[in-house]
Amino acid sequence: MKNTTALLTVAALMSSAAVVNAETLRWARAGDALTLDPHSQNEGPSHTMRHQMYEPLIIRDTAGNFVPTLATDWAPSADNPNVWVFNLREGVKFHDGADFTAEDVVFSFERAKQPNSDMKELIGSITEVRAVSDYVVEIETDGPNPILPSNLTNLFMMDKGWTEANNTVNVQDFEGGEITFATTNVNGTGAYTLVSREPDVKTVMARNENYWGRDEFPLEVSEIVYTPIQNAATRVAALLSGEIDFLQDMPVQDLARVGDAAGLVVKQAPQNRVIFFGMNQGADDLEADNVDGANPLADVRVRKAMSMAINRDAIQQVVMRGQSQPAGMIAPPFVNGWTAEMDGESATDVEGAKALMAEAGYEDGFSIRLDCPNDRYINDEAICQAAVGMLGQIGVTVNLDAIPKAQHFPKITDGATDFYMLGWGVPTYDSEYIFNFLVHGRESDIGTWNGTGYDNDELDGTIKSLASNTDLDSRNADIASIWRVIQDEQLYIPIHHQVLNWGMAENVGIEVDPEDQPRVKYFTMQ
Amino acid sequence: MLPFILKRIFQSFLVLIITGAIAFSMFTFVGDPVDNMLGQERTMEDVERLRAQLGLDQPIPVQYVKFLGEAVQGNFGVSYRQGREVSEIIMERAPATLELAALSAIFAIVVGIALGVFTAIRRDGLVANFIMSASLIGVSLPTFLIGILLIYLFSVELGWLPSFGRGEVVQVGGWTTGFLTESGLKALILPSITLGLYQMTLIMRLVRSEMLEVLRQDYIRFARARGLSERVINFRHALKNTMVPVITVIGLQLGAIIAFAIITETVFQWPGLGLLFINAIQFVDIPVMAAYLMMISVMFVVINLLVDILYAFIDPRLRVAAK
Repeated sequence: MKNTTALLTVAALMSSAAVVNAETLRWARAGDALTLDPHSQNEGPSHTMRHQMYEPLIIRDTAGNFVPTLATDWAPSADNPNVWVFNLREGVKFHDGADFTAEDVVFSFERAKQPNSDMKELIGSITEVRAVSDYVVEIETDGPNPILPSNLTNLFMMDKGWTEANNTVNVQDFEGGEITFATTNVNGTGAYTLVSREPDVKTVMARNENYWGRDEFPLEVSEIVYTPIQNAATRVAALLSGEIDFLQDMPVQDLARVGDAAGLVVKQAPQNRVIFFGMNQGADDLEADNVDGANPLADVRVRKAMSMAINRDAIQQVVMRGQSQPAGMIAPPFVNGWTAEMDGESATDVEGAKALMAEAGYEDGFSIRLDCPNDRYINDEAICQAAVGMLGQIGVTVNLDAIPKAQHFPKITDGATDFYMLGWGVPTYDSEYIFNFLVHGRESDIGTWNGTGYDNDELDGTIKSLASNTDLDSRNADIASIWRVIQDEQLYIPIHHQVLNWGMAENVGIEVDPEDQPRVKYFTMQ
Repeated sequence: MLPFILKRIFQSFLVLIITGAIAFSMFTFVGDPVDNMLGQERTMEDVERLRAQLGLDQPIPVQYVKFLGEAVQGNFGVSYRQGREVSEIIMERAPATLELAALSAIFAIVVGIALGVFTAIRRDGLVANFIMSASLIGVSLPTFLIGILLIYLFSVELGWLPSFGRGEVVQVGGWTTGFLTESGLKALILPSITLGLYQMTLIMRLVRSEMLEVLRQDYIRFARARGLSERVINFRHALKNTMVPVITVIGLQLGAIIAFAIITETVFQWPGLGLLFINAIQFVDIPVMAAYLMMISVMFVVINLLVDILYAFIDPRLRVAAK
């Protein structure tokens, strides 16, 4: 009886406290974080979850600009071109009350460089991280690295003391099924603390009242309840019925319904992802075509003709219901090196395309197989179907093979496809990232996703030199010249930039982040 | 009798090993797990290293024998997607599926028998005819659609019941239950109706036809002639004799409810084994797929084995045939 009374009192207290300042954000998306260990699994939903509780030195705003977070400012060292100096924010505390200092930064970088870490590639150029004082850190790289800060926006800071005390200094061996303290517990500097978590079911977070930016950010959400909902129709139903307040991964076909529903809004922004077709132009003969002894795709006129046959506006209007931005280059608009002029090189000209095909000796066309994923990008299979019809107009008979992503992507990396769809996002916001993966000739550690067989030694040399070119003007000039080659060679056939949609209740205030990384500290709840 | 049972057990093992072999040879077509496990920044060296580490560079038969050897010792490996022991994940997910299956089965049995008896007794009644026609819809609509329709009606339009999840669950020992909270019970309603609807209509139609059969028998006519009340005739004499084949079917369908909860669990985001399996397929999480498929085949093989043995007890002719 006593217990019951006590419980009731507690419950009453809690509910009265709740009235004052309790806003729960019920948030759903298709997938869950894979682990909470900040340096394991370099993957979108995992980073999104971590961003609520852990913080990197720097983050980006919705326009792609750097925002000081645990570092207040940073600059290349005046004495050594290989060194960046970061000044750290003072007075920051971890969730357990420990102070955040340079020692933690050094520790976190060392942890992120361990063999089991999934973040090690992004900071591969770093040779040493030194604590100069409690709040100054020097990062030395193996050569001048002008875009180092771009690689640090998902590199989370852990507390050295907590990590050591809980015996979780080593990054979990994910593939080996290792569970460490850090995979299920969190001690970050972030605006939210972990309350409970059931993987794939539910994660609850509570506002960190001691957060360093408590007064600087809205922080109107006091509790986050995160639920992955895999089925698209169920996800939308949950939003329509008011069971959730905020939805990522909105299905395109339901945008109008959600937008029309009372009390709900859909917000959109161009996403950091461009969709395009790749063509095997390096091979002497193709497996997937009907031309013997020659490779039609090796002829730039054929590649140009195929690009000119694609009606990107029709794809935007019919397939994407307006939810895309036609593209002429394979860089998202925020990326350094993107130009409106090159992105506009996407005009449809069927007659001109036919003429080019004839000039190349393919007036009767040829047939080829197009490999396309059917569960990766928005309406991926439908885009490919539309392309089949459009390419048919210039005599290119396309056999579409649409398969799940788990089977599609290995084809690209194994070189088992001659004509394929691929989408690309650029986490560093710099063209070098695109060149390294999609343009540089394929070697063991570079050009991994270049399935075109294109290999231009001179261009590769320029691409490699970008990494250490500290003169930003000359670096940008190099980037522009590389892009010109890609455009002139029609290395890829760009289709469009994806548009990102977030659905939410009317009272939720947040702008769409192009990287699909909502940070709840910015949310307002009117 | 004993040789018959031994022979059946031996056959069951054979079936299990063949099912497993088929499942394993299929995994190559599902895709490459390594691609999902490493981010887009991975190098070819990373891929090779991980493939070797997971044993994926070995031929399928070798992988299968290795899996069997480990599985016999109760070790099903580590999930590629979650990075945790598969057996641990399955234990964690099982309560959700078992509770859902139990409630669906109860719904299917109780409502199915009640409606079956009703439509048999009032075979020409308007309501009975309506129920019979409606049951056709229930059998022919896919589970997926029924689930979505129920969600739109009861969650979106009426707002009475939740559209996803298990609600609040209570931890009792190693078991999580939704039976003890209001939101947990509410969350169970729509999924169990969706999952049990097919079995319900099946049982109802079976009960009805069996009951009509029995009602035509002489002993029912004699019972009527004796002046027994309709109630006693229908429920004491007719229903009892109807139940023998019905119970057999119920037994077999129970396995199906657990095995085919996949679709219902996906529609309602029910955190059970079916959803786990769907996730595993999309991610090419081979250890989880293998463990789940083996578990389901063991379940079916055991049920069938028991049914076979029971039949042999009941019907001596089968024993003779087995020789």
